Amino acid sequence: MGDLITISSNFLYVAFILYLIATLFFGGSIRGKKQQEKVTMSSKIAIVLTIAGFLAQLGYFITRWIASGHAPVSNLFEFTTFFGMMIVFAFIILYFIYKLNILGVFTLPVALLIIAYASMFPREISPLVPSLKSHWLYIHVTTVSLGEAILAVSFAAGLIYLIKVVDQTKKSKKTTLLEIILYSLFATLGFVIITSVFSAVNYNATFEFPFEGEISEVDYHLPPIAGPNDGELLTTERMDSLFEAPGWMQGVNAARKFNTLIWSLLTGYGLYMIARLILRKRVAAAIQPLLKNTNADLVDEVSYRAVAFGFPIFTLGGLVFAMIWAQEAWNRYWGWDPKEVWALITWFFYAAFLHLRLSQGWHGEKSAWLAVIGFAIIMFNLIAVNLIIAGLHSYA
Amino acid sequence: MKKITCEACQHLNPEGTVLCESCGKPLEEDQYIDGNNKTKLLNMRYEGSSRRSQTYNKSIVDQIWNFFSSVKVGVTLIVITLIASAAGTIFPQRMYIPPTASPATYYEDTYGILGQIYYQLGFHELYSSWWYMILIALIGISIIIASIDRVVPLYRALKHQKPVRHKSFISRQRLHSKTEDVSKEDKELLIKGLKKQRYKVTEDNGHVLAEKGRFSRWGPYVNHCGLIIFLLGALLRFVPFMYIDDFVWVREGETKVIPETHSKYYIENKEFIMETYGDSEEDARFEQALADKGPVAKNFQTNAVIYENSETTIGAEPKLEKVLEDSIRVNHPLKLEGISLYQTSYQLNEFKSMSFIIHETDDQEEEELASFTVDLADPAREYNLDNGFRVTIDQYFADYYLDNGIPRSQSDHPKNPAFVFSVYPPNSDDPEVSFAGIGRNVDATGQNEYKVGLQNFEIRDVTGLTVRRDYTLPILIIGGIIFMIGVVQGMYWQHRRVWIHPTENGVWLAGHTNKNYFGLKKDIEKAIDGTTIQMVVDQAEENKKE
Ligand code: HEM
Repeated sequence: MGDLITISSNFLYVAFILYLIATLFFGGSIRGKKQQEKVTMSSKIAIVLTIAGFLAQLGYFITRWIASGHAPVSNLFEFTTFFGMMIVFAFIILYFIYKLNILGVFTLPVALLIIAYASMFPREISPLVPSLKSHWLYIHVTTVSLGEAILAVSFAAGLIYLIKVVDQTKKSKKTTLLEIILYSLFATLGFVIITSVFSAVNYNATFEFPFEGEISEVDYHLPPIAGPNDGELLTTERMDSLFEAPGWMQGVNAARKFNTLIWSLLTGYGLYMIARLILRKRVAAAIQPLLKNTNADLVDEVSYRAVAFGFPIFTLGGLVFAMIWAQEAWNRYWGWDPKEVWALITWFFYAAFLHLRLSQGWHGEKSAWLAVIGFAIIMFNLIAVNLIIAGLHSYA
Repeated sequence: MKKITCEACQHLNPEGTVLCESCGKPLEEDQYIDGNNKTKLLNMRYEGSSRRSQTYNKSIVDQIWNFFSSVKVGVTLIVITLIASAAGTIFPQRMYIPPTASPATYYEDTYGILGQIYYQLGFHELYSSWWYMILIALIGISIIIASIDRVVPLYRALKHQKPVRHKSFISRQRLHSKTEDVSKEDKELLIKGLKKQRYKVTEDNGHVLAEKGRFSRWGPYVNHCGLIIFLLGALLRFVPFMYIDDFVWVREGETKVIPETHSKYYIENKEFIMETYGDSEEDARFEQALADKGPVAKNFQTNAVIYENSETTIGAEPKLEKVLEDSIRVNHPLKLEGISLYQTSYQLNEFKSMSFIIHETDDQEEEELASFTVDLADPAREYNLDNGFRVTIDQYFADYYLDNGIPRSQSDHPKNPAFVFSVYPPNSDDPEVSFAGIGRNVDATGQNEYKVGLQNFEIRDVTGLTVRRDYTLPILIIGGIIFMIGVVQGMYWQHRRVWIHPTENGVWLAGHTNKNYFGLKKDIEKAIDGTTIQMVVDQAEENKKE
């Protein structure tokens, strides 16, 4: 079995590299004066590489399935990588409909970031507890992530639209918001970098702290800025925490996760500032000229069509199949678990999006902002709910 | 009801009509309603039909109707509900805090002042609060009213549409072209081209209406219907007959009546099985994860036999007949006539019986003078034994612990049984009091002549099964399916129409679709291919350019 696992990780690695190169080629295809929907040599290579990457990742998925004996969507690493794969899949489909090269320049990096993010979590194959052993679980998880992935493409298109149309000649609320969105991508990158660096040097600091009436231990793999509430550092020769995480954070690992979040935000901020120094203007303002030849209406259409596809698929996976599974596993189809509630919130949100667009004529910029907010809700559910709010679905 | 006469075709339209039902000409009086004016493109929403909400505004009923039929109001309600739902996830809901904790103190103790506020606002039971229910109900009302307000006039308008349209209707469509000279053959070719693309063509005096995908117009109403059915299904949960939720503990070897079946069905627990990972060879692949995380449960299973009771007289001994034998596992409930049994809980190693002997206190050999066995599921009060001994159970603690020096039972499960026995020696009415349990044997006075010693015990597992019946599920399923059908129907098909309006020698062309003008343009392009008819111009885009 060990071999198969190695093969599987290699496949994922290859996929990652291929996506990375494909992004560069998509980047190459939007240069120059040409219309951006045009198929060029560069864009042909890019889409072939993307498909090759997708197949490699499919290879990862299948070999890992064989090795673990269950569909690899059962822990944070597996689920999040799968989500990345689905984003690429959704992109490929939409690419063949609209031939929009710029979409690749934005979507693939999102997928790359998500896969890199996933890889920071424990990657060993883990056994399934009985409640997770259900075909409905697989069906639920795969459809949910496909739906969310299509909505992620809608986000990418929305972001392109905003960067193109928001007036960058002067600072405004909109430019600030756009920078915050871009900064959040930097923060994700920051998380990946800082986690990799400290794991390369095997950093470890152990704390002891009271939790639910008992003394627990927690291992920090990043230097503790925020230590556990009432915690005591056990490891010698390590710096002690600068302050303690607030007590209301839930779960044994809450403080450690909080600490990681602080590190990611700081590192991301550092990266973002470097970018600003090099570019000497707002990041969005620096990207804007690249979008000169982008057809804004087409991008708007893609963003909406992605919602039109993503919404029903998300409904099916995130609500319908989820309910069927919950009924089988926990004998109630709905339990107001935080993850479930956030799926409902996502659904409400996109329902509102569709009504505003179809009935109130919210096209273009308004619709693009909504696509961005929608994706923020999805990511909140994917990341923050796991980190902050512990529930039945909490993987980590 | 007031009627409006169309100047062009004399058709009598209901009050509030924007575009004449018959010829499509904007009606002078009402055209402003949907933002139409004399020069701009027509607003074709709901075919310019008369909607109640846009027409009446006098009585309170009108106002309520208008309020709920507004999409703005609907979206606002959705957004409020969305925010409220999010608020409920800030701290855990009541059902997710430890069952023994008192919410009144738990929230404050765990989350400080914010937790206390949360609790006092009732947010710990937000989703069953009256105001959350009202929000959902308002959304439901909004969906119903908004849908009726639109679907009825829309249906009328689409059912009665005629091919002959007023010129101003044709020229003020978004897609429009005029061609001066068109041969008869080209006209035929155009119609054929449309038919080939599965347009349904109706003709009247040279005027042509080609139409496809009308059914997609009903998509929103179908999906809203599904939502309402779903909501009603969820509401029926509160009707006692529709929904039962019970629980039963069954020990291994025991046969118990299944609750809520009126003694019709019984269940026997043959064996309860709990497995963890690491036992089988296959599990070697999880080695590392198991080392990190510790033991992980693999399977919870009850091997059960279901019996039917044919004895209907109440109080009589049941006559049991085996119906089926099956296993109940997590994710694999056992289903029986609308009732489902779910594996939800268990107790391992509960004591089944304990055997005691009585011997003389000073006897090193502990020679047995008498013995008795207590069935822990149903302990007898009195035991008459060999050699004239008699024992009564004065107190029984199924799950013994000391609460500040006072013996108590933590639960009803015989997990740590302990007894206070009165031992009556032969021919004596003066009992000696003994306390006996696992690893305990206390002599109350220190002067007992006889001692009760634990000799042997049997243990068994207990399974905890949830008994559910939920007749609302089919309704929810139907609602869900209708919703999905409606969404797909409205989202992936479009209602496309092309009008061909003959002029002296040529034709005017007009096209309208509720979504995706790009697709309609392609259709028209294909249809006019090879004719001299002018391609339509997208007047909305023209306007934008100017
Ligand atoms: C969470 C609840 C809701 C969901 C999921 C939902 C879903 C949808 C969807 C998917 C569509 C688009 C169908 C299409 O055009 O293809 C739609 C259309 C529509 N919805 Fe809802 N809806 C909800 C609540 C409401 C409410 C509360 C109202 C009340 C005002 C409303 C009024 C409408 C109207 C008027 C349309 C037709 C828009 C048009 O003119 O094309 N919906 N709904």
